[in-house]
Formats: sequence, structure tokens, C-alpha cells
Amino acid sequence: MSGRQIRRLVEALLLTSLVLTAIWSPCRAVLPDEMLQDERLETRARALGQQLRCVVCQNQSIDDSNAPLAHDLRVLLRDRLQAGDSDQQAVDFLVARYGNFVLLRPPLQWNTIPLWIGPFLALLTAVIVFGRYMRRAAGNATSPEAGPAAPLSADELKAIEVILDRRSLS
Amino acid sequence: MPRLPYLIPVVAFAALAVGLAFSLTNDPRRMPSTLIDKPTPRFQLASLDGKSAGLASTDLQGDVLLLNVFASWCPGCRVEHPMLLKLAESAAIPIYGLNWKDDRNDGKRWLAKHGSPYARVGSDESGRTGIDLGVTGVPETFVIDRAGRIRFRYPGPLTEDVWREDFEPLLKALRSES
Repeated sequence: MSGRQIRRLVEALLLTSLVLTAIWSPCRAVLPDEMLQDERLETRARALGQQLRCVVCQNQSIDDSNAPLAHDLRVLLRDRLQAGDSDQQAVDFLVARYGNFVLLRPPLQWNTIPLWIGPFLALLTAVIVFGRYMRRAAGNATSPEAGPAAPLSADELKAIEVILDRRSLS
Repeated sequence: MPRLPYLIPVVAFAALAVGLAFSLTNDPRRMPSTLIDKPTPRFQLASLDGKSAGLASTDLQGDVLLLNVFASWCPGCRVEHPMLLKLAESAAIPIYGLNWKDDRNDGKRWLAKHGSPYARVGSDESGRTGIDLGVTGVPETFVIDRAGRIRFRYPGPLTEDVWREDFEPLLKALRSES
């Protein structure tokens, strides 16, 4: 390898590791001064924070987001837990203010049913359509033009028997 | 009907296209407030200068009024500011201000510089009152009816068009309510 190639390789590796760290980094936007002393409460806050949507950036959880409002919501969440709220009560507190929109996992209710069963319906449809296609393809394998083959005539049956007999003899 | 199966992809595509076209008109920033038709959450805030009366939720009743959430660091607030000043000047509607997540001195200076359209201003430095109101950003404007219930929430700068199309018909309806 030439020096240039080696340099390219090293660059590629560095870039890959950088991207991977960014993706898998366990430390999110949660700042040290936000964290609770009580480890059990902090663990609960983290678990909840990852399920709550940052209402500013919309596609990040409040734990992932650097938005000032996400910071406020993280602190608020910890305040609620410290005040003795259960996980459900803390989440309900935010849902009362921002609606189900703050939940990254939408609840199962009548207007979210399409959302929950939609993918499975699509999969089922795909399986059925693909299955029918495969069956038809198998049926057409011998004569792709004509539909299902007509039953053999007596002459044809006789001809087949002759061929088969010859094979078994030889 | 031998041709029907060939139409399935076409129909499916058409349905998808219609669905996606509809989604394009659906602005995710305009989330409905969960507080619509509910009483304004209770709060009691100090004023920006610490001397004059601040803003309490009990101030926000008895008339159809606007509660405008603003901050000195918010560019959109500068955009809508002339519109608010115009509304205040014409006495079209009482406007109350919530200075959200802002240093109160910055807020005070900002209003001194650009003029205040507000009947009263409350300072919400911690942002908690804003969170109670379901505020997602500034500017944001709430319409509150005579009974002190939130009837409408508009996120984003208040423009002439928005005022004419979204606010005026609503205000007319609210004022004719007994």
C-alpha cells in the first residue's frame, strides 16, 4: 500500500468510528447538573425521558435534545419524581399540558388503531399478494402462455406410459 | 374482469399520493392545545420591573382577550410586534404579556425599546407557567374568553393574514357569546 492509501484508510476508519460514537453514545443531552443524587430516581427519570418527545424539535426525546425547553422538561420531570410522583403520574402531568403528542410511543386508542395495526395489515396484504403470485407462477411454469393445463387425452397418456416403461427397462 | 389485479398498484399509489398530499397541508407545528375550552392554569407572576402589578391568571377573565407569550431573545416576537402594537393602539382587544424564559431586565429593556402593547406583563423566568400553558416556543398567542377559558392557541408570529383569517371570526363569535 502506498502512503496515500494508508492515509485514506486511516481517515475512513476515523470517520466511521466518529459516526458510530455519535450513534451509540450512551451519554445524551442530560447535563450533570440536572442529574439527581438518588440513583434510583435518576434511572427512572432517564427511562421516562427517553419516552417523552421534545415538543420543540419534535423528533427527539427530551433526553436527546439540547433545546432549552427539553432541559426545562427534564428538570421538571425530576422535580415531579422527587416530589413522590409515580412514573405514570409524572407522564400524565406532561400529557395534561402537551397532550399525547409528548409521548413518543402513542397510546392504543380508537384513533391510533390504524397506526398500530397498519404495518401488520400491510405485511399481511404483501404476504397474500406474494403467495398468490407464487402459486400462479408455479402453475404457469410449464406453459406460461396458456392458463391451467387441459387434462391429457388418452393418446397422450399412452405415450407417457410408453416413455416411462422404456425408462424403467433401460 | 381480468384486468382488475393490474389496477391494484395504480389504486394503491393514488391512495398513497392523496394521503401524502394531505399530510403536506398538515403543519406539525400547529398542534392543538390540550387546554382548549379549559380554564387558564392558575399562576401568579411578578412584573418585569418588580414594582408595578404583575400578571395573575385571575386577571385573565371578564373580557375576550389575548395572552401573548414573548421573549427578548425571540426573532419571531420582533416580527409580530408591530402587529400587536397596532392592535393595542386601536384598542381592538386587551393584550396581556407573558415574558417567557427571559431575564426580566432583558424583557424590560426590550419593551422599553420597541414599545409595549401589553395591559400587564408577567415575568416567567423559570418557564414553568409557560409549560403549564403547554407553550412549545415563542411567540405564541392564546385567546381567552370572558369566563377565563382558553379558546384558541396560535403558535408563531401573529401576522395581518393570521389575524384576519383565524382571530377575527373567532373573536366575533366569542363576543356574541353571552
